[in-house]
Amino acid sequence: MEYVKAFLVGGVICGLVQILLDRTKLMPGRVMVLLVVSGCILGALGIYPPFLEWAGAGAAVPLLGFGNTLWKGVKEAMETEGLLGIFKGGLTASSAGIGAALVFGYIGALLFKPKMKE
Amino acid sequence: MEINKNAYDAYVKEVTPVNRLWPDVGKAFLTGGLICTLAQGLMNWLTGPMGQEKEAASAWMLILLIGLSILLTGFGLYPKLVKFGGAGALVPITGFANSVVSPAIEYKAEGHVFGVGCKIFTIAGPVILFGVVTSWGLGLIWWIGRVMGS
Repeated sequence: MEYVKAFLVGGVICGLVQILLDRTKLMPGRVMVLLVVSGCILGALGIYPPFLEWAGAGAAVPLLGFGNTLWKGVKEAMETEGLLGIFKGGLTASSAGIGAALVFGYIGALLFKPKMKE
Repeated sequence: MEINKNAYDAYVKEVTPVNRLWPDVGKAFLTGGLICTLAQGLMNWLTGPMGQEKEAASAWMLILLIGLSILLTGFGLYPKLVKFGGAGALVPITGFANSVVSPAIEYKAEGHVFGVGCKIFTIAGPVILFGVVTSWGLGLIWWIGRVMGS
């Protein structure tokens, strides 16, 4: 059942973004920024956390989940550290993903050669 | 001028590739759905046999997907997935990882600092910037609300 939920929720989010891509002339980079910002806002409105709880990986893997993680980090850090948490929380909560992307990305850039565009 | 503008608009319409919407949406649904199903499988493996807490398992799951995506990008397979799945391959965290590593590989000839170092942030930079700024702003509003409320 949780596999079905992950498949359907992840699929629906990607399908909706595909409509946005086809109907507007938004570049993929802008769409990614839009998703992360939307995830933050949905997190702050209290909509994303219960959705994530229900949908599992289908809500965690799209970039909306990354935005929600940033918000969650800020909120939790504020609860323990006050105003300082606003500055620390976002990057702390998202550090595993960002760290992995940068380290693996750099190693990847060392190992692989550019491919010719087809 | 007005006639030229109309002619130009018609020309732009003619040369812009027409994507058939619903087949594109179907492929995005399938691709995104399968990536998330794989992620759910990783989650179940990490929380089950590997005995990780949910929070840690979620972080490991993202790290594994990022690593996998970077390998697939290096071997030139992820771009094929993007071509097929569109948003289905861009929206998941694997698309973010792809956007980190692919410009870094492409510009490595320009050196480690100005080639790889700068280009690795081509997409990651804006995503991290606007994500952090948005969460900061919302945090400030939340904090003010709490101070005023108490």
